[in-house]
Amino acid sequence: MAWVIEALKAVGLTVAVFTFLAVVGAMLGVYLERKISGWIQARLGPKHVGPQGLLQTVADTVKLLQKEHITPRHADVLIFNAAPVVVAVAALLDWVVIPFGTLGDRVLVVRDLNIGVLYFAAMASLTVLGILSGGWASNNKYALLGALRSASQMVSYEIPLALGIIWVALAAGTLSTVGIVEAQVRQGGWFLVRLPDPVGWWGAPLGLLAALTFLAAATAEVNRVPFDLPEAESELIAGYFAEYTGMRFALFQLGEYGEMFAMAALASVLFFGGWAEPRLQPWMWVGVALAALAVAVVIVATGRARNLVVRPLLILSLLGAALAAVMAWGVGAGRTPVLPSVAWFAIKLFALVFFLMWMRWTYPRLRLDQLLALSWKVLIPVGLANLLVTGLVLTVAGR
Amino acid sequence: MPKVLVDWLYVAVFAVAGAVMAALPLVVVWLLAPRADLPQKTLTYESGVVPFGQAWAQFNVRYYLFALVFVIFDVEVIYLYPWAVVFRQLGALAFVEMLLFLLILIVGLAYAWRKGALEWV
Amino acid sequence: MGELAVFIILAMVTLIPAAVVVTSRHLVRAALSLVPTFLGVTGLYVLLHAEFVAGIQVLIYAGAITVLILFVIMLTEGGTGVRTRQITDQVPLGAMAAVWLAFVVLAVTLRTPWRTQPGAAPSYGVAAVGTAFLTDYVLVFEVTSLVLLVSLIGAIVIARRES
Repeated sequence: MAWVIEALKAVGLTVAVFTFLAVVGAMLGVYLERKISGWIQARLGPKHVGPQGLLQTVADTVKLLQKEHITPRHADVLIFNAAPVVVAVAALLDWVVIPFGTLGDRVLVVRDLNIGVLYFAAMASLTVLGILSGGWASNNKYALLGALRSASQMVSYEIPLALGIIWVALAAGTLSTVGIVEAQVRQGGWFLVRLPDPVGWWGAPLGLLAALTFLAAATAEVNRVPFDLPEAESELIAGYFAEYTGMRFALFQLGEYGEMFAMAALASVLFFGGWAEPRLQPWMWVGVALAALAVAVVIVATGRARNLVVRPLLILSLLGAALAAVMAWGVGAGRTPVLPSVAWFAIKLFALVFFLMWMRWTYPRLRLDQLLALSWKVLIPVGLANLLVTGLVLTVAGR
Repeated sequence: MPKVLVDWLYVAVFAVAGAVMAALPLVVVWLLAPRADLPQKTLTYESGVVPFGQAWAQFNVRYYLFALVFVIFDVEVIYLYPWAVVFRQLGALAFVEMLLFLLILIVGLAYAWRKGALEWV
Repeated sequence: MGELAVFIILAMVTLIPAAVVVTSRHLVRAALSLVPTFLGVTGLYVLLHAEFVAGIQVLIYAGAITVLILFVIMLTEGGTGVRTRQITDQVPLGAMAAVWLAFVVLAVTLRTPWRTQPGAAPSYGVAAVGTAFLTDYVLVFEVTSLVLLVSLIGAIVIARRES
């Protein structure tokens, strides 16, 4: 019975991916969020539980496990309980098509679906159901208002998100996530800066525009600042999950952070070459390392090394310099690939997650009308125009 | 077994097993967490006052309008996926066909814009 | 054998929530019960190896149409809290219509000479769908955009008159 074995393998992978989401996505994600927001706001962030506060979210999880579940009066109990599970499962399902790297000739991915990125968009669209029904079932005015705002925001930004995905499908000629990464390896450059030959590096402006559209839409899809009106602590007391306590609240958090990590992973697959190592000449790596070092030197020389706002930048530039130095040495010594593919996936994933968090703590919140106008009047026309121009360029260049 | 079926078997298992795993902590809470019934506790939060009326009020028609425009554009976008995949094989013809398809829909977007359907007032 | 078992499970996943949709007195619950129905239909598409259509089914029906329906319910006055009556004086008429429709569907299904071919089911992959749209069915494809345009304009006209 072949299918029994496959089903058992699938159960094993479910447990693995769910644990990954809970530990890396939710626990580490929340920790990073608090630490990075601390840096940006000149605070220290969590510090007391474990080294540098690393175990803070573990402690929080244990605390949440002991909290009583309060179901609000006149709430719809069944829908109220099902909603957080729906949100968490939708985030989990996204990860089926995300490739983590390679092991020998095999690609580490749960299943390489033929409709990979379309599947991702479909599963991501299920989140809105959990949010809408959870906010409605709470019987709280703030929760319902937050849920409705969230739903109209998420559906508005699903279109530019899909346009970004389709732009990549156009360049790669496939919907499979593994195929998209392999197409970038074949043409020797990320879709961010390069289109298939004969357009080559001239496609960079189009790729940058598509990536910008996609990232803006992805940020809005996961309800983060500057698009976090649904939650808006200061006006809507956290919006759709205002009435959720204890572990149900944690499930919403798990879904939200799982979704954010999934979006970052998809962005790395679509525009940043996924697990593939960037192919640069040794002197280019040396240049990158020197540039990063220069930033660090300027920070130290101007006496800002102990400034809490600048310190994350210092740490990041030192890390980047170290990575580039290792790469320069490795490529120079003729080692390819220098780092394992899983490491590259992790580097790109966390770089994008950091970017999203940086955005969240830097920009103010948009108003609802500005938010919807941005999607319908800027991102969608730009995305459509970009698709048409790219199609035209590929057609003309292909003659 | 064909690849498609194996692929989606995984998806189905992920959905079901994932739901079970997500519900597990809720069971743990049910076993561990204290329970005390106080009538005030189940009151919903409403800025510190006792909530009045019901939360399920009537909502602005704007939300509906955006949802409608969204569904239409979602359907349109669906047609772009297969186009994008076969575009490089079919070449110029595919481009002209999609240009026509999109121009008609861009007329629709322009109409919605002009009529203020994309305005939030 | 295995396929039949899967089909029966999927049919149950589709039909049981569908019954809830019709019988529930609670509008929001009825609307949300559509989701498992749509997902069951997705499974049926997968069983036919129509992967692309399955993806669309989730994206459009579960992710978009359900949201639209929920919005409609929430914008009607007191629509979400109230429980509607299920039994009205329209029941006999409805029953007649349902029986007649069931009869027609059954008759058509039984009388159609279904073409059967040995071997595996053809794969309706996304590339096959795309090629078909852009070559053999290009007229249908372009007319679709007109249909979408008309529905968009119609929706805006109706909604604006209301507000």
